[in-house]
Amino acid sequence: MSPRLWKVGVAPHVRDNATVAGIMWTVFAVLLPQLFLSAYVFGPRVLALAGVGVGTSMLAEAAMQRLLGKPVSLSDGSAALTGLLLVYVLPPGVSLVLPFWGAIFAICIGKQLFGGLGFNFFNPALIARAFLAVGFPVAMTTTWIMPELPAFLAGPDAVASATPLALLKHSGLAAYLAQYGGPHGLWASFLGFKPGSVGETSPLLLGLGGLYLLWRRIISWHIPVAMIASTALLAWVFGPEGLFTGQPLVHVLSGGLILGAFFMATDYVTSPSQPLAKLVFGAGCGALTMLIRLKGGYPEGVCYAILLMNCVSPVLEDWVRPRRFAPPLKKD
Amino acid sequence: MDYFLLVISAVFINNIVLVQYLGTCPFLGTSKSTDVALGMGGAVIFVIGMSVALTWPIQKAILEPFGLGYLQTIVFILVIASLVQFVEMFLKKLLPPLYRALGLYLPLITTNCAVLGSAILVQKNGYGLAKSVVFGLATGVGFTLALVIISSIRERFDISPIPQVFRGVPIALITAGLMSLAFLAFKGMAS
Repeated sequence: MSPRLWKVGVAPHVRDNATVAGIMWTVFAVLLPQLFLSAYVFGPRVLALAGVGVGTSMLAEAAMQRLLGKPVSLSDGSAALTGLLLVYVLPPGVSLVLPFWGAIFAICIGKQLFGGLGFNFFNPALIARAFLAVGFPVAMTTTWIMPELPAFLAGPDAVASATPLALLKHSGLAAYLAQYGGPHGLWASFLGFKPGSVGETSPLLLGLGGLYLLWRRIISWHIPVAMIASTALLAWVFGPEGLFTGQPLVHVLSGGLILGAFFMATDYVTSPSQPLAKLVFGAGCGALTMLIRLKGGYPEGVCYAILLMNCVSPVLEDWVRPRRFAPPLKKD
Repeated sequence: MDYFLLVISAVFINNIVLVQYLGTCPFLGTSKSTDVALGMGGAVIFVIGMSVALTWPIQKAILEPFGLGYLQTIVFILVIASLVQFVEMFLKKLLPPLYRALGLYLPLITTNCAVLGSAILVQKNGYGLAKSVVFGLATGVGFTLALVIISSIRERFDISPIPQVFRGVPIALITAGLMSLAFLAFKGMAS
């Protein structure tokens, strides 16, 4: 309808060997170490969850493409990646039904109804998580697994079954520090031995994966840096005992922030493409995350923060659209 | 601070469209382009603000003293309808392109449940006059926000290979539903 949308810029264009399949499978592979760690920490049922999530989403993708009369494109890896990311944001103790329905929702409604890869405006894995949080509220908030710490990390006796962020929210910083404070707790938290969603527990592995994606230039630095920086800043400013008393590290290493910042918010389709818009997008994700964590009804806010910013991503893109130097086209 | 919370609550936490599901008709009808959405949003902000400011004294000075509370709906509709007529004449003179773009939806503000809804809500919540007007304006801003967001998304649908049967209103309804899911983010915040 509006041809101006197709004109990206004037020649010469940069050529690159990157393909959709190459990028998707690279991200998939980069995420796998975290899955194996979770399988070790939470038990092998995590692998079953991942199998159901990835399998169902690939089947759903093939079925939808068949039904819609489109070429079946499973080999591009986008469906598999959606399934994996969906499982990464579920608690490890949920029944296998959840990744099944979640993957169907993500692919059929979140993605294919909008036209398939490249046209969905919500991150499919996250919108499916929001759907599951409404449909299975108890399972999504209580089925955490408390990991058994290896000997070198064993600190105080572990009793809580809530996630660190839930503990922080409902019992305060003192309770959090008693459980996860101190060098032992911080290391355990950093390495990935803490209760949490399947794929969010290890900032170390996820951060390394994110750095690799940055180095390969699969993602750009704007969104992750803006998101983590704004989260840390707000966590520091709005501390529990008045302004500027917060613990930024606690909030950066807890919950899904690292996973969200590197792997979810940077999704090409659902985030803006201009650098300035990316910075605003990332900062907005971080700010909303902290707003929900500090003032909201949930202990964790990364998923909803990214979804809300997904909503406004087209608006951001419009605001920072590059100026054209030629006189404006005549309207007919 | 009180007013700050009131505004945040009306714009985000209790967003009139995405959380309370009022005013969905113009939400779908005028969200095909961002310019129209902004115009419609401005009109709705104005009409809600004015109608709350006018219906509040009517409720307190006429309906309640004379025990005519049961006439609330019909009296409020009457006030809103005349206000909309005023806005319509105003736009016709000053902004003819916007007037044409809004088309049928401008008179439809009369029966826009968001407008009537917020006029009744402020009575239910027992707000004072100033608070009511602020609440009304903030509700309009929340409506505009939702409208601008969905219109910028819908502008992209024109170039998306959406399945034929879902083009137009169906995909807009699905989009609105998904946006509503995202707005669950604000659930449980200080209301």
